[in-house]
Amino acid sequence: MSGHSDNLPVADDGNPGLPEHTWRPTDVDPKAEKRAERQVAALFGLSAVCAVLFVVAYFSLQVGDNHDTVLGLGASNVALGSALGGALLFIGIGIIQWARKLMADHEISELRHPAASSDEDRAATVAALQAGLEESGIGRRPLVRNSMLGAIGLLGAPVVVLLRDLGPTNAQVADAATGQGLEHTVWKQGVRIVRDVVGTPIRPSDIEIGDLFNAEPATIFETDEDGEPLIEGVPLQVAKSKGAVVLIRMDPADNTPGRGRKNWSVDGILCYSKICTHVGCPISLNERKTHHLLCPCHQSTFDLADAGRVIFGPAARALPQLPIAVDSEGYLVAQSDFTEPVGPSYWERDY
Amino acid sequence: MAIDTSKVATSNSSAATPAKPGRAGAVATWADERLGLAGMAKKNLRKVFPDHWSFMLGEIALWSFVVLLLSGVFLTLWFTPSMSEIHYEGSYDQMRGIAMSEAMASTLGISFDVRGGLLMRQMHHWAAMLFIASMMIHLLRVFFTGAHRKPRELNWVIGSLLLLLGTLEGFTGYSLPDDLLSGTGVRAADGFMKSIPVVGSYMSFFLFGGEFPGDSIIPRLYIIHVLLIPGLLLALIAAHMLLLVYHKHTQWPGPGRTEENVVGFPMLPVYAAKAGGFFFIVFGVTALMGGLMQINPIWLYGPYDPSKVTAGSQPDWYMGWPDGALRIMPGWETHLFGNFTIAWNVFLPIIVLPGLMFTILMLLPFLEAWITGDKREHHLLQRPRNAPTRTALMVALMTFYGLLWMAGGNDIIAIKLNSSINTITYMLRFLVFVGPIIAFVITRRWCISLQRHDNEKLLHGYETGIIMRSPEGGYSEKHLPINPSAAYVLSARERDEVYTVEQETDENGIPAPASRAKALRAKLSTLWFADNVQAPTAAEIEAAHHHADHEHELQAALDGHAADGHQFDGHHSVEGDPLRGSDQH
Amino acid sequence: MRLLNRSAGRLSRHRRSRLAGLVLLLIGLLTTGGITYAVMPSSSAGDAQSNAVQVEEGRKLFLQGCSFCHGQNGEGITTINGDNYGPSLVGVGAAAVHFQVETGRMPLVQPGVQGQAKPETYSAEEVEQLAAYVASLGPGPARPDEAEWTTAGLTEEEREAAISRGGQIFLTNCTACHNFNGKGGAMPQGGYAPDLSNTEAVHIYEAMLTGPGQMDSFSNGNLSPEEKRDVIAYLYSLRDQPAYGGFSLGGLGPVSEGMFAWLLGIGGLVGFAVWIAAHTTRTKKKKVEA
Repeated sequence: MSGHSDNLPVADDGNPGLPEHTWRPTDVDPKAEKRAERQVAALFGLSAVCAVLFVVAYFSLQVGDNHDTVLGLGASNVALGSALGGALLFIGIGIIQWARKLMADHEISELRHPAASSDEDRAATVAALQAGLEESGIGRRPLVRNSMLGAIGLLGAPVVVLLRDLGPTNAQVADAATGQGLEHTVWKQGVRIVRDVVGTPIRPSDIEIGDLFNAEPATIFETDEDGEPLIEGVPLQVAKSKGAVVLIRMDPADNTPGRGRKNWSVDGILCYSKICTHVGCPISLNERKTHHLLCPCHQSTFDLADAGRVIFGPAARALPQLPIAVDSEGYLVAQSDFTEPVGPSYWERDY
Repeated sequence: MAIDTSKVATSNSSAATPAKPGRAGAVATWADERLGLAGMAKKNLRKVFPDHWSFMLGEIALWSFVVLLLSGVFLTLWFTPSMSEIHYEGSYDQMRGIAMSEAMASTLGISFDVRGGLLMRQMHHWAAMLFIASMMIHLLRVFFTGAHRKPRELNWVIGSLLLLLGTLEGFTGYSLPDDLLSGTGVRAADGFMKSIPVVGSYMSFFLFGGEFPGDSIIPRLYIIHVLLIPGLLLALIAAHMLLLVYHKHTQWPGPGRTEENVVGFPMLPVYAAKAGGFFFIVFGVTALMGGLMQINPIWLYGPYDPSKVTAGSQPDWYMGWPDGALRIMPGWETHLFGNFTIAWNVFLPIIVLPGLMFTILMLLPFLEAWITGDKREHHLLQRPRNAPTRTALMVALMTFYGLLWMAGGNDIIAIKLNSSINTITYMLRFLVFVGPIIAFVITRRWCISLQRHDNEKLLHGYETGIIMRSPEGGYSEKHLPINPSAAYVLSARERDEVYTVEQETDENGIPAPASRAKALRAKLSTLWFADNVQAPTAAEIEAAHHHADHEHELQAALDGHAADGHQFDGHHSVEGDPLRGSDQH
Repeated sequence: MRLLNRSAGRLSRHRRSRLAGLVLLLIGLLTTGGITYAVMPSSSAGDAQSNAVQVEEGRKLFLQGCSFCHGQNGEGITTINGDNYGPSLVGVGAAAVHFQVETGRMPLVQPGVQGQAKPETYSAEEVEQLAAYVASLGPGPARPDEAEWTTAGLTEEEREAAISRGGQIFLTNCTACHNFNGKGGAMPQGGYAPDLSNTEAVHIYEAMLTGPGQMDSFSNGNLSPEEKRDVIAYLYSLRDQPAYGGFSLGGLGPVSEGMFAWLLGIGGLVGFAVWIAAHTTRTKKKKVEA
């Protein structure tokens, strides 16, 4: 600790020492002292008033069905917040003021000690440790030591194994028939493309050039004869999270279909996954004239007139396209499931 | 050091006298006979804490954590961490009849049907933002002033862990209401996990209890949010505080303040009052923010639906920088052997980068100690300018962080500044590499100039603003020496010691080749301190003053009286002041 | 207006004051060109003679103000690169003209930029004439009638159902670009989706119908007129809604919240810290021993 004191150019000889204490007006002037005292008490008084106001606001201002408002803001929240804020702040300011004006403010000095223990303490600790280890015989009995370490190490296995049932794996849930697993969706041949929210099927004539439909597979709106939904709960959410699509119609002349995708569209109507290939946000920010679809999360931009190619942003893969056709009743349907997994990339994705 | 209490405001002089044995005394005796508190209390009740505003930044974090605990407990009384689907029938009309998870419905319930519920929700959210923000500014203060040096490196590591855990705690809490914005965030997090090579999809399926979104994520995040991470945070905060008490707080150099002592106010009463008062102030400010400023209006976002999204989908600010990295990352992906996919475009910015940044952060004190070869304890703080390379390093890291932060809000910046997100993105791709370097160089040179300026003041005094004309007609500005305590503060800093490799010789007297690590270390150490300006020695100061005094004498002889310029510089009256060593403030 | 407004949060009472609805309606009528209907009911009555006059007047206006970009006969002008200098107006319909001209987007300040809402250039009557002319170029969406977006005829329950359904449709189709609060958002290459906070119902309707600029159209085959009405009802319900949690900080979500947390929260608390640690006033006086 003293080794570096000569390193301070002026410190040792030049340190002028703590300056002399000077007094505050409140220390020397009884009037100022009284004033400060009243000030602090007044602050505490104000806090009490705010606390009372809080209780009054709590009981007098309505929330819920008959929400009171003040200046276009929710009255209850504003009043409770202001009153609570005032009640707390005035106490805080009062205490600080008390400390600043009235409490003793002599600076005092305390000596530091090095963080390290003394040499004697260290020596004693080492001795105790050695004695303990010696008495345990851990050094002399490698068989006991090693078998114990092995046994304790193996306790990690139950811990890891116990977590196995947190969830099934992708391979376990994968099922093309129900659209489970990362490789499948509920789309399959003949599934109607329906409007999101309302679930009504769509005819090509409903769609004008420049229209964008946020659509879903009809599967998720289907009901049994009692009107109960066929899929609900988790399977519904899973189906929606992979099955959501956008339908757009453009001048067929604008479109450059991808290889082998010439018959994937119907009169300039194209259907793409709504799930971004970057990290899976739904995307539907479309530019009508350029057919550029933008993701609001990280701004990946896809060209829908060019097989969903990425033209900007962090996404690496084109937006999957759903091949579509018209069924016998004249409604738009899927020709098949997506030909590649929708959504973000993952390790096992093999194309 | 005893205080002369007779000279303290009378209203509290009685507080300093020992309490008379009474009922309180009896209770204290009862407790001490069982707990032996007096032994510990006698050391700590009057423990000294130095007083400086920048030492209270960590306190903001501590107190906002307390606010989080209090408001969080309130919220748990109503919140239902369940993803079971129900139809909302509460009093928010626009959502009535809409299918949503119980988590979302109960959050709407807290917001609209529990009086003060919305206030508590908003306070909880604001406090979370303040918690993480104050940890960050506390971290910056510690690093810029060199308080991370020995013996406090471990407390730095604990603090970094607190920042990491606080961020995770914030993210889990943000996700709990299961609204559209946070649900989109959780879905993105699912995408992040899936990008991890080999184990990605397993992690995703295990965390979500099957395929996204499943019905397990909210209850799981809930228990992590209310039990696991807060428990860890509490334990680490306790360790952080214990180490603070053990090491005693650092202090700024100044008259009477040395490496061997700590000067300030005693814990009882002043520091306890200031800290306690500050708790109420932090709590009060949070309440005002919760009452007046709307945050996370989940009723506008609506329930999470995997087919919906909103413009301006952003995480909370502390997740903004990795999100920004994600936004400006080019779309790189590798297909290995045609069978496997590595999504670099997600894996690098969101998994590797934050891990790397936190590792660098935790290693900073050790890295610096290794480079400088400094093994001494440090309790006196350094001004940022007196460690130019360290300061520049942190500014470079801040610039990197800040640019990524900007990238995280690129869409908002685009609409607010009428510019194009594409242009902003391209620009930032370039700037995140160049910006930190420029910032490093500028900061370093700036610090060195400030050091030079300090030496200037120390050797030649401060600029009085008085222009003197010499008999020859030349003009010059009059400089006057600064007062001794200010001079002491400027000069009381250590000289930089560059690490050098000691020439080791073997028994034949042939120098052993220095190990590569040592050579690298010596080189880095040279670079670390290169161009730094050292504080002048006492002899140099003496010589400079001697020179100045000589000038004054000449001046006085010309004017016929001892004009020292103090009359004109407006700092104070000169009556009876000595030429030098007067207080300029 | 009373400072404290009990029960404003309740949707069913948003139209609590019939007067408010009436005022709203009146404003709508005055500013949406509805006045034209009032002054010249014959124009929309399909009087062939009068319509021909309208078209002719509109053609004159068109040649003066629009043909430079849209062509002498509204056929559009294509540049050498094949880009649209001004798109063809054949088949865009009266609704598009009404939207573009009344919100001030047309005429554009300069070609090639996104149309911005600004004070309108043409009088209501002239807009009517222009619309009649463009409608005569080819069949397209006609101007919607107020009956199509008003919820006035619905019962309380129907209206509530309409609003919550409208919210779902809004969140599905519109928030991606216009943000959850209708505050707008950024689009590629410097484009943006405008703020809807002050857009009139008729213009929201027409925008959905015609897809102005880069916006997708939501034709009646896409969103039925009732669904469009519901979206408008939802948007209006947001306007009437109090800011329950306090000032809304721009309604832009976490970015503005983070900014306020730093500037006001951390800024204010650091201010307090500076005050707490600051030195108090000192005096040169010595304490007088009591």
